[in-house]
Amino acid sequence: MSETREAEQPVTAVSAGSAHHRRTWGDLPTVLRRGIVLVALLGAWQLSTLFMTGAQAQLMRGPLEVGEAIVDGFARGDLVDATLTTLRILLLSMAIGIVVAALLTTFAMWSKLGDDILNLLTAMINPLPAIALLPLAMIWIGLNTTALVVIIANAVIWPLAINVSTGFRTVNPTLLAVGRNIGLSGWRLVRGVYLPAALPHIVSGIKTGWAFGWRTIIAAELVFGVAGEGGGLGYFINYARFFNRTEDMFAGIVTIMIIGIAFDLLFSLLERKTVIKWGMKTA
Amino acid sequence: MTTNTSHAGSTQSASGAGTPLLSVQHAKIGYVVNRETHVAVGDVSFEVRQGEKIMLLGPSGCGKSTLLKAVAGFLGLFDGQIRLAGRETLKPGPDRAVVFQEFDQLFPWKTVRDNIVHPQRVIGRARSEAERRSDEYLELMKLTQAADRYPHQLSGGMKQRVAIARALALDPMILLMDEPFGALDAQTRSRLQRELIDVAARTNVTLLFVTHSIQEAVYVGDRVVVLGNAPSTVQEVVDVSALDDPSTLEFTSTQEHLRSLLAIDDDELGNLAFE
Ligand SMILES: Nc1ncnc2c1ncn2[C@@H]1O[C@H](COP(=O)(O)OP(=O)(O)OP(=O)(O)O)[C@@H](O)[C@H]1O
Ligand SMILES: [Mg+2]
Repeated sequence: MSETREAEQPVTAVSAGSAHHRRTWGDLPTVLRRGIVLVALLGAWQLSTLFMTGAQAQLMRGPLEVGEAIVDGFARGDLVDATLTTLRILLLSMAIGIVVAALLTTFAMWSKLGDDILNLLTAMINPLPAIALLPLAMIWIGLNTTALVVIIANAVIWPLAINVSTGFRTVNPTLLAVGRNIGLSGWRLVRGVYLPAALPHIVSGIKTGWAFGWRTIIAAELVFGVAGEGGGLGYFINYARFFNRTEDMFAGIVTIMIIGIAFDLLFSLLERKTVIKWGMKTA
Repeated sequence: MTTNTSHAGSTQSASGAGTPLLSVQHAKIGYVVNRETHVAVGDVSFEVRQGEKIMLLGPSGCGKSTLLKAVAGFLGLFDGQIRLAGRETLKPGPDRAVVFQEFDQLFPWKTVRDNIVHPQRVIGRARSEAERRSDEYLELMKLTQAADRYPHQLSGGMKQRVAIARALALDPMILLMDEPFGALDAQTRSRLQRELIDVAARTNVTLLFVTHSIQEAVYVGDRVVVLGNAPSTVQEVVDVSALDDPSTLEFTSTQEHLRSLLAIDDDELGNLAFE
């Protein structure tokens, strides 16, 4: 990493030294640029609410009010509870999804039949939006957390399994030969070579699985909310609609966005600390 | 021990010539592709004595890599036997550490130092001992500066030096190298050849080295096993232990001799003749 910085410096030095150079938008640091755009967007949002009147104004809230609603929601506790409920179900489903995906991939690695089964199942189920299974899950399992977990786990398993098995199948054969040469075999070869070598694929599988799961759980909770059950963020939004609390609907949506962004950042950080640092994936 | 005495040393080590360290006897090796048997190594026999540097030379496709893979234990034999210190080489193992041609043979997720430490840990060495030896070989291969870097931050030549250090740190009975310098530029290549000769002299390692460069075979090796086209047999075993100065007449005439050997049954001479 220090090398990259060194490489950048001379370029900056040259451009700063050139006589015709003017500081442009592109020269500002990324954080500053994005920060300015964010503030501008929030400002535009806030401004737009000032020109609204009557019924329109009833249905719209500005960023300040939404911020206040989020703070209130957290102080009251119901927004916190909703967020935690959603995250708990999602993490549980992801854990189940990861275990099942690991079993499926192991089976696929171990036998040609398993490979065929995994490939067919993935090809069939992956294109299907996981939420499409919700009505069936509801009549089979009922309006409960179990149905949610089944739906979300299903959303997570397939992108994960396909990524991990691609990762395992494409491990550089030279690295495997080195592993066997120093005496690794069986599980020790998996842990010593397959897993770390497949890490770029594993991380991107978890990323995709998380993204699918996150969208699916919110959608499923909204449906459950309509049905009058649940307690997660989707339910929180529906509940707010029911009592005409527009600012709480916005608060729920913004919370979903913020958590989404936070997890994306977390995964980026994870990648920077591992596969990017090791040159196994370009930034 | 210095570089200059190394060749004399290798003749001395032949005094233990009772049993060879590695013996390849009537090895027949190949592949089965779509139920069809393809024999690469037809019938090859040779022996490697302790401390010797044996070069496998032959035209492209004659089965040099195949033979080395069989010695390493990655590939079974159709016929014949390969024995290391009397035992058949049926499975891969660290007693036959391999240095491959590919630059990406280092674990990218480990630093240079850990790439050398980890295999030693795998063979059961204590951490402190593994670290001590890794420092020793880092120094020997002039890698101390790069010890904490990751492989992707190294040049091709440095990566190959790490791979050599990693292999040597395992104290293998024999070091197997498959065109380790094949993908390097000429300058780096000859520098690494010199370094290898030097390190081999200091560690007294036994070397089985695949190349298709005549110059490399004569310069680095003690003896050159010349293979013919597939299904290959041994054309001749040439003693080059006294030759380490490319400017001498003996060196060039031996090169000429090897060239003519390879030319006998080889139409692909083009890429070999002007190395
Ligand atoms: N995995 C494989 N499956 C089938 N055939 C193979 C395989 N590897 C090598 N061969 C064949 O075996 C023969 C010998 O190959 P090998 O790689 O041993 O040659 P080589 O002497 O190392 O050549 P080079 O100098 O080009 O590396 C070639 O005809 C090659 O096509
Ligand atoms: Mg080869």
